[in-house]
Amino acid sequence: MNVNVKYRMGKSKLMQIVIVFLAFLITVPLIFIIIYIFRQGITKINWTFLTKIPKPVGEAGGGIVNALIGSVLIVVTAAVMAIPLGIMCGIYLSENKTSRLSYWSRLSVDVLQGIPSIVTGIVVYFWAVKPIGTFSAFSGSIALAIMMLPILIRSTEETLKLIPFSLKEAGLALGLPYHKVILKVIVPCGISGILSGVMLSIARIAGETAPLLFTAFGNPFLSTNLGKPMQSLPLMIFNYATSPYDDWHDMAWGAALILLFTVLLLNIITKLTTKRWNVQL
Amino acid sequence: MDDQKSIRKRKNSYGQIRAESVFKRSLVIIGAAMVVLVLGIFLTLIIESIPSIKSLGLKYLWGTTWDPVNNVYGAAPFLLGTILTSFLALIISIPFSFAIAVYLGEYNPKGWLSNFLKNTVELIAAVPSVIYGFWGLLVLVPLVRSLEMKTGVLPYGIGIFTASLILAIMIIPYAASLGREMIRLVPSPLKEAAYSLGATRYEVLTNVILPYTKSGLFAGVLLSLGRALGETMAVTMVIGNTSLIPTSIFAPGNTMASVIANEFTEADHAVYLSALIELGLVLFIVTVIINMIGKRIIKRFTNE
Amino acid sequence: MEKIFMIGKKSLAAVGLIAAAVTGFHTRAAAQDDKTILGAGSSFINPLYSKIFADYNQKTGIQVNYQSIGSGGGILQLTNKTIDFGASDGPLNDEQATKIGVPVLHIPQASGAVVITYNLPGNNNLISLTPDIIADIFLGKIKTWNDPRIISINKGVDIPAFPILVAHRSDGSGTTNIFTNYLSKVSADWKTKVGSGGAVNWPAGLGGKGNEGVAGLIKQTPGAIGYVELIYALQNKLDYAKIKNKKGNFVVPSIASVTAAGNVKLPDDAKIFITDTDASDGYPIAGFTWALVYKEQNYNGRSQDRATKLMKLMWWNIHEGQQFAEALNYAPLSKEALKVAEKILKSATYNGKSIL
Repeated sequence: MNVNVKYRMGKSKLMQIVIVFLAFLITVPLIFIIIYIFRQGITKINWTFLTKIPKPVGEAGGGIVNALIGSVLIVVTAAVMAIPLGIMCGIYLSENKTSRLSYWSRLSVDVLQGIPSIVTGIVVYFWAVKPIGTFSAFSGSIALAIMMLPILIRSTEETLKLIPFSLKEAGLALGLPYHKVILKVIVPCGISGILSGVMLSIARIAGETAPLLFTAFGNPFLSTNLGKPMQSLPLMIFNYATSPYDDWHDMAWGAALILLFTVLLLNIITKLTTKRWNVQL
Repeated sequence: MDDQKSIRKRKNSYGQIRAESVFKRSLVIIGAAMVVLVLGIFLTLIIESIPSIKSLGLKYLWGTTWDPVNNVYGAAPFLLGTILTSFLALIISIPFSFAIAVYLGEYNPKGWLSNFLKNTVELIAAVPSVIYGFWGLLVLVPLVRSLEMKTGVLPYGIGIFTASLILAIMIIPYAASLGREMIRLVPSPLKEAAYSLGATRYEVLTNVILPYTKSGLFAGVLLSLGRALGETMAVTMVIGNTSLIPTSIFAPGNTMASVIANEFTEADHAVYLSALIELGLVLFIVTVIINMIGKRIIKRFTNE
Repeated sequence: MEKIFMIGKKSLAAVGLIAAAVTGFHTRAAAQDDKTILGAGSSFINPLYSKIFADYNQKTGIQVNYQSIGSGGGILQLTNKTIDFGASDGPLNDEQATKIGVPVLHIPQASGAVVITYNLPGNNNLISLTPDIIADIFLGKIKTWNDPRIISINKGVDIPAFPILVAHRSDGSGTTNIFTNYLSKVSADWKTKVGSGGAVNWPAGLGGKGNEGVAGLIKQTPGAIGYVELIYALQNKLDYAKIKNKKGNFVVPSIASVTAAGNVKLPDDAKIFITDTDASDGYPIAGFTWALVYKEQNYNGRSQDRATKLMKLMWWNIHEGQQFAEALNYAPLSKEALKVAEKILKSATYNGKSIL
């Protein structure tokens, strides 16, 4: 065989080894972190932990059910608001690559990603809490939705941009109206990338504390009223982890483990339910 | 009968045309809504920063003292800290993000190992930042401290370097996930054509896949950078929080986001509060500038 | 251009619709709930409050939702009238009082202390420190542990020759407020160079976030010295220093010595820092934490019922609530403080008429 070809094949093999090495090298600390959280938190997890509201320090039998349900409610509300908006905006940006409005829109989305979570929380406080006079889970959802948008939009846009133009042309040529082509042909084709964006954005906000400090406020009692303060897992983790009591520290780790587990579960469920939509071009 | 059918058909197609234009218009409205949102945030930040802007003016940007008692505020050390940590974190994380993206998108897109890796990476984004802060304080800081002692630097343990390390870990999922999706979506005919011409796997990667997905990969990098610029909790626990210009990457420093998070709830006079919000405004503007530069670079490289 | 204008109008309209929906949603909800009392502020008092309010809920069925967003946050929310009572480790300063505009009652709830904690390997006894030494250490003037000034007041105690690393708080906090207030009182140098407040421009040392950040730094660095809340030091079994108080006695920080610090003649409005206390057995770096309520309770359409519920809760805090303090390492109110607190509570009014 030609020496040149041998060299090129060797280089290819070498780079493959390097890439695989790097990819798995980084998973070591990642797994390590997850195991650390697991070890710290597993001792606390039992049925009481999952179904009771917190007790004051020193009393046994406290739980995190208000934070768990609160987190679910707030995150779901945020997702319901952000996902349609985010996907639509992603569609807009991928369909209009060069117009003036799309330049500014794209820039705005990237800027949105860089705004610290606490600044978003403060701004939403001025918009949705101060004028109304009460903290509410809904304003927390608004803050979280704002944080979800950039990831959703960018993932959708970049995924849809890569779908070959021929698909859209085929749909239009068959006489399908524009919105049907987009919603029923292009979007399902890119569903894997869009879902990846959805998962990432939900994971991101599920663990955010700062935006909820001045909006959802927190609540030591179980509440399902979106118009009133509500507790959430990251808020509770933050409060307990920064307290002086070992007992509360343990609860914080347990809650962190539950949070991780819930996100993983959501991940798996979504993958399973949309398996049949997966397309390979 | 024929007439009825054609009338219905015509009505249907009018309906469809209307639905089409409604759809198109709503796309545009939502696109514009993003700009309105960001402008709204910008305005709110400016309005709330006015007391501080009035009393300090432009000196705020290069002042190096942060003294809430005497109401002298300067953002320079934090600006430097933010930029240092974010870019250092980006540089550290990019090889790993790309490696994961390439591995999951090209070398091993299916199978249990691939799913495991993908889920692990996405789970990283779900860990609350306060947990990262604690992990960093309890595990990473002693490690960095022993490293510092071996290299003869002052063994603080905490500092810009440690913060960048934690940030790097936290931002990997964004570039990696988006990159993976981009690489997976490269149409097979393109790759097959290259293979049939005798290209090795690596050459297909560098000559076909990467150029095709360049813009998406860079978008992922910008997402990661944005996350790094705005991260608060994890950074604030390991960066040392000194209001001095950092002297080396192993020295303690501070970032804008962490100062805001630390001092906002205890700010007890109006100028202090608005100085903190002005810090948020500066961070906002810095993000805009970095993003605009990034877009210029993408354009140069992809000629879209 | 016209297109942009039209698009802008439409998106603003969409935003406006959402805002209107949110507002309508809220104002209906806000009017209903009189069975929950909202409070926010100091994180210092949070554990004690959680205990007191859980007990109160059991005894009366009223839910109290207290969130520890920081003293400054509590004052801000009280100013914006989004909560019923605030909790702060420092009294309202002039600017905050002017912003609120109407009188706010300061009700002492408990006392806490700031201890000086350190990491000296090989040391077994408690170190003693005097006010001027503490100030000079935090000013960066005293740089090593075997400085002659430290050794001279610690006769018989083994002090290794480590460099001193100062650890302070990076976040604004009532703990810093109390500590810097003390330093300003005992060191003219500190007062002019740094001053006092929730966050200051520290001349030396590293910042850690929260008590645990400072404690973490100290635990990992031999020769480090810093300040944390008493509760925190007790819970985590840290070494802390004996401090010479105003009357010349070296006092160990403890619940008893902190309560004693507050057992002095207090002003009628209870707005006082009890640092550098006159009490002979009092620990010098202690402070009250207050609950803040509006004096005139009829604002923003509050009902008389709600005002009465709030005042009854406040009364409970300073009486029955105090029984939980010591077990949680808080110093309960001294006799003097209780007298003043009761008087202040009785002065709360609804439409000019006293509530309690």
